[in-house]
Formats: sequence, C-alpha cells, structure tokens
Amino acid sequence: MLKNRIIPCLDVKNGRVVKGINFVDLKDAGDPVEQAQIYSDGGADEICFLDITASNENRDTIYDVVERTSKKCFVPLTVGGGVRSIDDINKLLNCGADKVSINTAAVENSKVVLDSSKKFGSQCIVVAIDAKKNGDKWEIFTHGGRNNSGLDALEYAKKMEDNGAGELLVTSMDRDGTQMGYDVDLMSKIASKVNIPLIASGGVGNLDHLVDGIKLGNASAVLAASIFHYGKHSVQEAKEYLDSKGIPVRI
Amino acid sequence: MKVTIVDYNSGNISSVINSFKEVAKDKVNIEVTADLNKIKSSDKIVLPGQGSFKSCVDALNKINGLTEALHEFAINNKKPLFGICVGLQMFADIGYEETETKGLGWISGKVSKIDNQNGKYKLPHIGWNQINIVKQSKIFKNIENNSHMYFVHSYEFIPEDKNVISATTDYSSNIVCSVETENIFGTQFHPEKSDKLGLKIIDNFINI
Repeated sequence: MLKNRIIPCLDVKNGRVVKGINFVDLKDAGDPVEQAQIYSDGGADEICFLDITASNENRDTIYDVVERTSKKCFVPLTVGGGVRSIDDINKLLNCGADKVSINTAAVENSKVVLDSSKKFGSQCIVVAIDAKKNGDKWEIFTHGGRNNSGLDALEYAKKMEDNGAGELLVTSMDRDGTQMGYDVDLMSKIASKVNIPLIASGGVGNLDHLVDGIKLGNASAVLAASIFHYGKHSVQEAKEYLDSKGIPVRI
Repeated sequence: MKVTIVDYNSGNISSVINSFKEVAKDKVNIEVTADLNKIKSSDKIVLPGQGSFKSCVDALNKINGLTEALHEFAINNKKPLFGICVGLQMFADIGYEETETKGLGWISGKVSKIDNQNGKYKLPHIGWNQINIVKQSKIFKNIENNSHMYFVHSYEFIPEDKNVISATTDYSSNIVCSVETENIFGTQFHPEKSDKLGLKIIDNFINI
C-alpha cells in the first residue's frame, strides 16, 4: 500500500536554514546539510529545501547546499524558490535535486512547466501554488506571496496538471506561519480537481494538523517546517501519531 | 572491479551516481560514461532512466553502437546489468508512453500506463510503497519482505513470462516492481532514493 508522506521543509537563505513567520522576521537556525541528514535519519520520506529569497539574491549558495546534501541523504530531495528557467532546473537536478518546484515562473509563463516536464519528465516537476482566500475562491500569489496574480487556484491547478506537473505543492498564504493548521478546504478542493498527488503546506502547529491535511484535505503528502525544525516534534513522533490515527505511513 | 553507470543523457542521474559511490567507497571503481570500450571492459553495468520510455530509448539510440554494446554485455556475455526505473522498462519489447516505441527486447513484454481506475488512484505513483518479494533474488539478500521502497512512475512493465518477476507492489493492481533473469536485474523503484534499504540493494548488486 502506498504510504502518505511526511516532508520536513527547510527554508534556506544564503546557504543557511531560516524559518520565517509569514515570510518575514527570519531567524537563523543551522546548517541545511546537517538538518537534512537529521531528518533523513529520523525517517523523513522526503526533504524539501525552499530557497526563500532566491528571487532577489545570489542563488549560487543553494547549488552548493544541494550538492552537499545529495551526497549524504538518500531520500528524495525537492528544491524550490527562485526557479525561473529550464537552465535553473537543469542545474539543480545536476547538483543532485530529485525534484524541482516552480512557483512564480509557472504563473508568468506556463510553458516552463510544459517544456521542463517534457525535457526532464513529470516525475521531477512540482508546481508550487501559493493561494490566498478572496471571498469564496482562492487566488494565486507569486514572488513569495507579495503579488496577487488574480488567477483562480482551482483552475490554475488543473492547468498545471495538463501542462505536465507531476505533483502540486499547495500553500495557503492565509495559514502559512500561523500554526493554525492547513486550509483543508483549499486542499480538498484542489485534490478533487486533479489526478496528480497534492502536497499540503502552510500552517502546521501540531500533529493533528498533519492528520487533518491527509484525512480532510485529501493530501498525498504533508509538508511542515517549524514543528520539526525547532524540535517541537520529531519526524518519527509525527509518523507514530499518524499511524495511531489509522493513516498509512512508512515506519 | 569496475561498475559502469551508463550516462546516455537520460535525465538526472546524479542521485544514482551518489548512491553507488557511497556504497562502493574505495573498494569498487564507479565509472560514469557512455564510452563503448569502457562499457565493454566493465564488470557490471547500471542502466538508469528518467523521463519517458520514448525519450530514454531515443537517447540510447542517439549514441552510435551503444545498444549493441549493451546487448553484447548483457545478452551475449551474460554479465550483470541493473536497470533502474525506465532503465528496467526498456528491457521490454515495446512501450506505449507518448507513442509506441520499440524497447531493447531483452525480456519479452510491454510497458503500459497504470490503470488509475477512473481517477481512484493518483498518477504518477509517487512515494513509499511496500514490495512483495515473490522469488529469491540476489539483490534482495537481507531485504525483508514488505520493505518500503521509493517509487515515481506512471507506467508499468508487464512481462510475458511471469517467472522473471522477483517483486510486486500494490497500487491499483499488483505492479511488477522488480525482475530478474540469470544476469539481468531491474527495479521499478529507486534504490538510490530508498534510504538504507535501497543502499543495501545497491550493495547486493555490487557484490554479486
């Protein structure tokens, strides 16, 4: 039976791990390679690096981080943040990333998703969707949550599937950094709209939120940062908790 | 001993390289090349494969003499070869991804899309699934039945002769996830991404 995945996410800036509250107020909290290895040894099903300020700054540090991590961690590694072009994707894959997540570039030019999934295969193309509720719908935001594209999240998700995305990483901007739990309404609506796996992200404050993401949000995988990163819970604890709630996990 | 990972521009093979180097340490020489002479002089070959069946077959055929060299290695000389993911799928006679494409024809069978049962099963089949070992295999030495391995694929290999199947996994149906003949091995899952157990499989192959 296919297991639901738990994916700890490390926000990386200038080669160092940080985790922001609503993308601001950053705290430095360690070496990404070491952190990734701790997660992988602890049973993380995948590791995710998000290069949070990459859209504006020098990106070369992330290549080095990915290269060093991939020599130590033998679970899948997803890297996102500031990925603009086929060339960026190629570089990250060559450094040892297994999947690359594309956010702003996919909104601005959906051909990037089409071309990259053709060139590298859908299995390594994740489209990251940052969505914020507006009335009874959700709109897509870009540039780390700063710009509203006005696009409808559900329609956009479907379009990305059609363009060849292998997975969707859906973050609720309303919940990100709040520790109030995933926006399970958003997750389940997108999950029922597409036939590719959905990774839920944004807002995890406790282990029940992970359960909700899978049971109520119908996510295939749940991503979280701060609850793992600050030692509140280990990945192993999270898995045991999910298991106790009847969710299939790899233990 | 020399183990060669065939670098035929089949997409991202850095994880395969990293994992084999990690297991080999200094004991075994890991080469990454498409050089025909180096392939011929290898003791073992690893055939990775990412992207579509068609793109991988096309990439193999683009390198003059490569499929012939691999054929000589695995079929005529019966030396150990390990196919991973699309590397395994290419053993088949034919694949149906994108368009009908001829495979290497080493193990009779076809590669078709997994039946998602009208959307009941998400595709690609991504994540950790348990393998059901159905016959003793050299690469599964010290690997327990029902171990978790990491999968990413939408197509499955359906061999004609069921005796080649060494493991299956349950997703929509019993999907073939490992095959073995006398000297040809293949896994649909990614041992290079399957943590310590995956590295053990790689170690088993190196030690055959």
